[in-house]
Amino acid sequence: MNMHTLSVRELGDALRRKEFSSVELTRHFLARIEQYDSEINAFITPTADIALAEAERADIRIREGDDSPLLGIPIAHKDIFCTQGVRTSCASKMLDRFVAPYDATVVERLRAAGAVMLGKTNMDEFAMGSSNQTSHYGAVSNPWDPTCVPGGSSGGSAAAVAAGLCPLATGTETGGSIRQPASLCGLTGLKPTYGRVSRFGMIAFASSLDQAGLMARSAEDIALSFAAMSGHDPKDSTSASEPVEDYPAALQGDLKGLRIGVVRDQFGAELDERIGSRVQEAISLLESLGAELCDIALPDCALSIPVYYVIAPAEASSNLSRFDGIRFGHRAQDPEDIEDLYMRSRSEGFGAEVKRRIMIGTYVLSAGYYDAYYLKAQQLRRRIADDFARAFEKVDILAGPTSPMTAFPIGEKMDDPVAMYLCDIYTSGINLAGIPALSVPAGFVDGLPIGLHLMGNHFSEGRLLKVAHHYQRSSDWHRRSPPAFA
Amino acid sequence: MPISESDVLDVARLARVHVDAQELSKIADDLSNILDLVESMNAVDTESVVPMAHPLDMSQPLREDEITEDERRDEWQTLAPSTQDGLYLVPKVIE
Repeated sequence: MNMHTLSVRELGDALRRKEFSSVELTRHFLARIEQYDSEINAFITPTADIALAEAERADIRIREGDDSPLLGIPIAHKDIFCTQGVRTSCASKMLDRFVAPYDATVVERLRAAGAVMLGKTNMDEFAMGSSNQTSHYGAVSNPWDPTCVPGGSSGGSAAAVAAGLCPLATGTETGGSIRQPASLCGLTGLKPTYGRVSRFGMIAFASSLDQAGLMARSAEDIALSFAAMSGHDPKDSTSASEPVEDYPAALQGDLKGLRIGVVRDQFGAELDERIGSRVQEAISLLESLGAELCDIALPDCALSIPVYYVIAPAEASSNLSRFDGIRFGHRAQDPEDIEDLYMRSRSEGFGAEVKRRIMIGTYVLSAGYYDAYYLKAQQLRRRIADDFARAFEKVDILAGPTSPMTAFPIGEKMDDPVAMYLCDIYTSGINLAGIPALSVPAGFVDGLPIGLHLMGNHFSEGRLLKVAHHYQRSSDWHRRSPPAFA
Repeated sequence: MPISESDVLDVARLARVHVDAQELSKIADDLSNILDLVESMNAVDTESVVPMAHPLDMSQPLREDEITEDERRDEWQTLAPSTQDGLYLVPKVIE
């Protein structure tokens, strides 16, 4: 049976009707991981024993009449989330042997909701990258074309869902790391409002930008799953106390009168024209469903990448100073003295891109440069957030392309950091402003998926999911799957 | 602003990462290119703009100072490369 083609709703219904058990469903996905993962390298650590034990517990709860929407549904977690008793590597040699002593709140909540953990997925090292090529465990392949990247940094999660190795996966974002791989792999990916999801137990990259979200085949699948991982957490002082919406209920109704602002400046020279046409068609479809369109300019947003590449490395250089080879993580052999211990442990443990960002962050924060770089970037961050705030006085959501390009060949852009950074040209402004956004499959260019980017004001996840859901009821791009993984 | 090779060595020392001599010029080029990108920020006048440090306007929540976690020192120390008698071991720092 093609259980891996069913939606989260269909899987839940079938489990409750006893068409198959969670253990059978879990075995099916574990078998697919066994069969296919050597081709795409989406998993760093599959957790078959844990999965089967959790599936058995889910089956008991199902028999007792528990009808939680995620009960018995397999999920994969990005290897940035701490999982008690399971290696949590962040795709770095630094944490290659780190077994987390506690669970991230996201992991704990999804487990409590009955989701079954299939394993930990590959990613860019410390989530620094847009192509999943910086992983200590090797590059991930895009299931639509295994010679191409899946995007990043949540590339393993994206490839795993796209290849039907799991129906749902967690991801995290700092500048586009859920939406860009969702776009490149033909998935729906939600980056929530900053603070909507607890960051406790999520290995920190840039604390004022980091946020966890979900990747799935449809907006409906995310709507059914997202509440379980959201909400205030006393263990994260930046988590928001705003009540969690009833996301499945938010999908109801229609799009009549919805005001969509088309971010016209994001259809410029850096965008592949064919992607621009597909995105325009998707926006026209939303118009035919009753939405009203207007053009919106976000002038300061054009500077998102420069601003991001000051703020994110600055915060990273501080966050990653904890990796010193003393309390946990990689330690160099036979250090001469304490300086040598720090220096060599960090140099051996971190890969080139992580070191590059630590050095940029250290530079922009160093004496004499702080005002010119860090302060300037924080001022522009305010102006970027103001761009969005002004836009949301006029429109309900914004729309544009998620990524300026489709998946590119493995190996490309690795020698040119600036070219890699420009992958996130449309996504990173969202993280700077702290607002939610999602990417929805909106067609193909040369056989590779492209994404429609929908952006909303703070805590408008329900509205974004509704728009995406109505789009998906009138299109079938999200139902396509890569033929090699049928 | 181009970053010189000696700037790279300074910043690497501050960041406690080692840079190999044969990588030095490539790293200086990469960092210079990144700073060129970053410096496009200067096109916008930000005089009197209040810096934004955090995406949500929220104040630090306070709570009673109560113990909420159990003592798990032994368990946590199993993660460390080297410990003794409940202490983390490092190379000798005082002669």
